[in-house]
Amino acid sequence: IMPFGNTHNKLKMNYSSEQEYPDLSKHNNHMAKVLTPEMYANLRDKETPSGFTLDDVIQTGVDNPGHPFIMTVGCVAGDEETYEVFKDLMDPVIEDRHGGYKPSDKHKTDLNADNLQGGDDLDPNYVLSSRVRTGRSIRGFCLPPHCSRGERRAIENLSIESLDSLDGDLKGKYYALKNMTDEEQQQLIDDHFLFDKPVSPLLLASGMARDWPDGRGIWHNDNKTFLVWVNEEDHLRVISMQKGGNMREVFTRFCTGLTKIESLFKDRGHEFMWNEHLGYVLTCPSNLGTGLRAGVHVKLPNVSKHEKFGEILKKLRLQKRGTGGVDTAAVGGVFDISNADRLGFSEVELVQMVVDGVNLLVDMEKRLEGGDSIDDLMPEQK
Amino acid sequence: ILCSQPVPTLLKHFLSERCSNILSCFLYLCSAEYPDLRKHNNCMASNLTPAIYAKLCDKATPNGYTLDQAIQTGVDNPGHPFIKTVGLVAGDEESYEVFAELLDPVIKERHNGYDPRNMKHPTDLDASKIQSGQFDERYVLSSRVRTGRSIRGLSLPPACTRAERREVERVVVDALAGLKGDLTGKYYSLTQMTEKEQQQLIDDHFLFDKPVSPLLTCAGMARDWPDARGIWHNNEKTFLIWVNEEDHTRVISMEKGGNMKRVFERFCRGLKEVEHLIQEKGWEFMWNERLGYILTCPSNLGTGLRAGVHVKLPLLSKDARFSKILDHLRLQKRGTGGVDTAAVGGVFDISNLDRLGQSEVQLVQTVVDGVNYLIECEKRLERGQDIKVPPPLKQFK
Repeated sequence: IMPFGNTHNKLKMNYSSEQEYPDLSKHNNHMAKVLTPEMYANLRDKETPSGFTLDDVIQTGVDNPGHPFIMTVGCVAGDEETYEVFKDLMDPVIEDRHGGYKPSDKHKTDLNADNLQGGDDLDPNYVLSSRVRTGRSIRGFCLPPHCSRGERRAIENLSIESLDSLDGDLKGKYYALKNMTDEEQQQLIDDHFLFDKPVSPLLLASGMARDWPDGRGIWHNDNKTFLVWVNEEDHLRVISMQKGGNMREVFTRFCTGLTKIESLFKDRGHEFMWNEHLGYVLTCPSNLGTGLRAGVHVKLPNVSKHEKFGEILKKLRLQKRGTGGVDTAAVGGVFDISNADRLGFSEVELVQMVVDGVNLLVDMEKRLEGGDSIDDLMPEQK
Repeated sequence: ILCSQPVPTLLKHFLSERCSNILSCFLYLCSAEYPDLRKHNNCMASNLTPAIYAKLCDKATPNGYTLDQAIQTGVDNPGHPFIKTVGLVAGDEESYEVFAELLDPVIKERHNGYDPRNMKHPTDLDASKIQSGQFDERYVLSSRVRTGRSIRGLSLPPACTRAERREVERVVVDALAGLKGDLTGKYYSLTQMTEKEQQQLIDDHFLFDKPVSPLLTCAGMARDWPDARGIWHNNEKTFLIWVNEEDHTRVISMEKGGNMKRVFERFCRGLKEVEHLIQEKGWEFMWNERLGYILTCPSNLGTGLRAGVHVKLPLLSKDARFSKILDHLRLQKRGTGGVDTAAVGGVFDISNLDRLGQSEVQLVQTVVDGVNYLIECEKRLERGQDIKVPPPLKQFK
């Protein structure tokens, strides 16, 4: 046996499935809704080639019952094969989380920024900043909940090699978490780039914080408009951003950067985890498909107080967050507005929704400022 | 090893790129996995050389527990410059054998030179041997003895499955239901207790919470909380058992006042009764001659025993010689909130330092003699008389 990763308790098969089945009576997450005793019995003796088991997949969901109002996913993948071997669990979780996405559905990938229409002139009087993020996993390696120290370091080394080859406006530098100087650390904090060891029990319970900060780091270009996180919640998180409303430029850089990084990895014999059905494969099922969140910080003090604000966002397939990120409150009428979907739409389609939706919201804001009605601007369901 | 399994991806990666033979490949693989312990200060980090890591990294207990799992808590928690933590745990009884090359030096370091390779640990639960076990109650407010016990054949909290943990609960609760007389009591399961029961347990200071210390959570012992966890106590509230917290069981005997002999007598009687009751059903405690009672953390091997008092020492505690006196008496001080708390109002928690290499009777006698000496010092200081630092006690008797 190779000894990396989580418990492979051999004695558990001496017990019946009923004896091992978790108590999910107080739970409210996608895993708990789907994992029946029968399903547990069918899957509990299986493991992926790297040894990830059903109990490993669901541990975070067992340890974190959830919240009555927020529905967490409650399961993670330890490797690419998790989504196959534990299909019976993952497919219904994916369907529930991603608006009815079926096991037979195909996901379209489109990283050609030329296909985006407009998007270069979101009104900077309202749109303060624009940002696009996604994640990527390196095929052939286990994912953060399950990877060994050796694998994590190999991912880091591959990432450094590839990112160091970027040039032009993408030229930049890598800062390993365990080696950075106090000065570098302070600069990264001031730039709002530095990520910390996760504290959320949702993440900790899945095992992705093991061996912190070994193998973790941050890369960014000299212009500070393109940023890559290495070995945080996913192998790579890729972020393109800038002040103002030129989402087109942000997305173009995003696509160019990702495509370049992908080819640099390919030069070294590695590809990203991707398939026709799930798109890009990431640790959390909620990030499958594009893994993409495109968003703006936008001033909407009037629209946000309108009684139909929630409904408008829903029709536009957008979501709101505070400017501190997920689970924060809006400050001074400034909201983080981004796409709600990840899977079943291409990157271009999702960014288009954000561009069109934000343009509409800004028009509505201007109308309400002038004391006029916005009834004629109400959108159809996208 | 390599032929019987599908070749894992990392091995394939290294085989194709770097290695000309399987042995060098394997050694390379182990060095690629060796943890970065340069900023670490715990017993595991002090003793886990790359050579030991290479030797043990492919081994597993019959249960499947590995070295990486055992050391995870020590890798994730570098430690503190002043406090030296242990940095590793056992996932089952066999961990102490399979990973002996690391565990033996850790045990030796933690237990002040006790060498498991050539020493034997004495077990003695005959409370009648204790002498002068009644303290002056103008100084001693309460007395307490605690230990842990593990059920042989079931994995320990870092590695156990839900079914194993539930089995521990079943075996222990079954046995406790057989206790009689002053030991008659009741079990409160964490998943099922009523709000009223919960409040009562909080008021009695009996309720334990899900661990928050990363030392514990990184070892995996909080998984599936609060499934199969609970608290049992006797009706008189002088004998208490925690089920499936940091160990299979933690056993506590206590009462207000200074009758340590009676506390220890109840402790021994209760433990023996419970042992007898589980043996009737074909179970036994994990124990061996080398290491005594087997528990999750190597720091609790041997007796797993901490016998202590809450005692008023306002004058002595301000004397410059206090720490040295405690040290020579083989005692430690804590605040009355437990480990890592401060003393309040001159009241200290004083208990034995040692766990392994001396018997329960010897350790409790050490506490009795030591606390009596401390009280004598306090009285002398009250009278304006000087005190003496006693000669240091011998480590292993």
